[in-house]
Amino acid sequence: MNMDLAAERLRHPEVFRGKGWLRWLLLSAVFAYLGYLMWLFDFSRVFTGLPRVWVILRLMLDWSGIAEWDHVELWRSMLETVAMAYLGTMLAVVFAVPLGFLGARNVIPERVFHFITRRMFDGLRGLDQLIWALVFVRAMGLGPIAGIMAIAVAETGILAKLFAEAVENIDRRQVEGITSVGAGFIARLRFAVLPQVLPVMISQTLYSIESNSREATILGLVGAGGIGLRLSERIQINAWDQVAYVIVLILISVTLIDTTSRYLRLRLIGVVRT
Amino acid sequence: MTALDPTGDPAYRLFQQRFGALRRSRQTESALTVAAVILLFVVAAVWTDFSPEKIVNGIPRIGEYFGKLFSIEPKRGADPIAVLALPHLFGGVKEPQSIAYWFYRIGTYATLLWQTIEMAILATAIGFGAAFALSFPATRTFVGSRVIVFATRRLLEVMRTIPQVVLAFILVWPFGIGPLAGILAIAIHTTGALGKLFCELNENADLRSVDGIRSVGGSWLAQIRFAVVPQVLPGFLSYALLRFEINVRSSTIIGFVGAGGIGQELKRVIGFNIYEEVSAIVILILLIVAAIDLISEQIRHRFIGAVA
Repeated sequence: MNMDLAAERLRHPEVFRGKGWLRWLLLSAVFAYLGYLMWLFDFSRVFTGLPRVWVILRLMLDWSGIAEWDHVELWRSMLETVAMAYLGTMLAVVFAVPLGFLGARNVIPERVFHFITRRMFDGLRGLDQLIWALVFVRAMGLGPIAGIMAIAVAETGILAKLFAEAVENIDRRQVEGITSVGAGFIARLRFAVLPQVLPVMISQTLYSIESNSREATILGLVGAGGIGLRLSERIQINAWDQVAYVIVLILISVTLIDTTSRYLRLRLIGVVRT
Repeated sequence: MTALDPTGDPAYRLFQQRFGALRRSRQTESALTVAAVILLFVVAAVWTDFSPEKIVNGIPRIGEYFGKLFSIEPKRGADPIAVLALPHLFGGVKEPQSIAYWFYRIGTYATLLWQTIEMAILATAIGFGAAFALSFPATRTFVGSRVIVFATRRLLEVMRTIPQVVLAFILVWPFGIGPLAGILAIAIHTTGALGKLFCELNENADLRSVDGIRSVGGSWLAQIRFAVVPQVLPGFLSYALLRFEINVRSSTIIGFVGAGGIGQELKRVIGFNIYEEVSAIVILILLIVAAIDLISEQIRHRFIGAVA
């Protein structure tokens, strides 16, 4: 086998030499750049910070003061976070369904209109929820309302785009079939379009509720209500044991919501998206 | 042939009966689902103090705020005017209502945006490396020991479930305010997210080449290196590029908790109500995110093909 390889190497030297050489050059350039970035961001501080990480971890694992924590407040905030995610997503659905139909190419086959609606959706979802939350906290004051609005606005952009794509991807033949037996506009929507897009919409909505309940946990960090506010208070006063408790609370709630939503998706449409 | 009247047929009546029952049960189920959705909505609204009048009252204030974002006070105490006006559009830095006046701190923004992108690059690279290393011990088909697989998988799960902004907030304490905490937080989250995806790719890898390497006496590392990596690497890279796009978005906001990048500056100008700078930074973020998405999409299509 080595003989063959040697023969091949003799016959096509450029294949062996060229590729290996270029690859090494590219790889070393990449690593040199990453090294430069590490130097730039002062990665040596990682080593000076590590002992402090251990300190935090030790404090986090010590739950001896659990009886004195304000459990009612924490659980209430956690539920508030989930409620924010649900409300925000549902408001987004209310706006996104009509917008999705308007933004679909096969509903309004006007190029300029299509372009404008799509860019609008891009603009809404291009900004992170946290930025929206910061803006809404400034405009509407502290509290969960700002968080709900932030989720609703950002999610409208995401869902409208997905819904528009779902409407664009429907099978035309079902619409034609029902038109050919004399159905009107409403009947066409009800019996040809809706059965095709509804499963996608439900599945997407459930998925959004899942991801928004993750996102909503951090909205409180900028004052937009929910568990994030409690978390940031506890980080600022270095109450690491309670920080760990809140994180565990978040992990449990998120897992519960994921499981419920997976079950519902299976139940309602019989498809599981991982 | 005479036309048949099916109504007398017992089979037909049975069909009607069953069909009716099925239909009724479906309708009740749908009605119950809709009722549950609405009920939950009401409960959530009560819980969060969310009422229509608050929204209605808030809308003018939101409008006002967005109006302020696009207006400037050329002199202290003067009436605010629109941030741009056609006759002044291409005027110099000192001329109000010109692009240059609006974006007069473009140099600072550009530096911070570049820092943000570099944060995303480094965090993606570190996350990629760690996820690459952890994905093989987390794959059931490659590892005999159940304990190792279980432990690695749980580790990856924890890494991706803790919200990265929370992680950054915590890491600011040991590593100080600045980009380092943000990079580490994004890198940890990336490791968890990519590790899971890599694991799935590994599971789908063709095992015959692994057997081939083993049959000529290759060690476990050699099996991975020569049989698995060539199969999965294109998919890995494609996922990593996708992740890079996500990380650019994340690194724009991770600064809100003091972890560096443009987010730190955005938080500052929002906090100090420097309205026209808020809109300027937000526009730049939108542009940069869109540009990165476009470039990364091109790279994915050209060099790797639509693997993922």
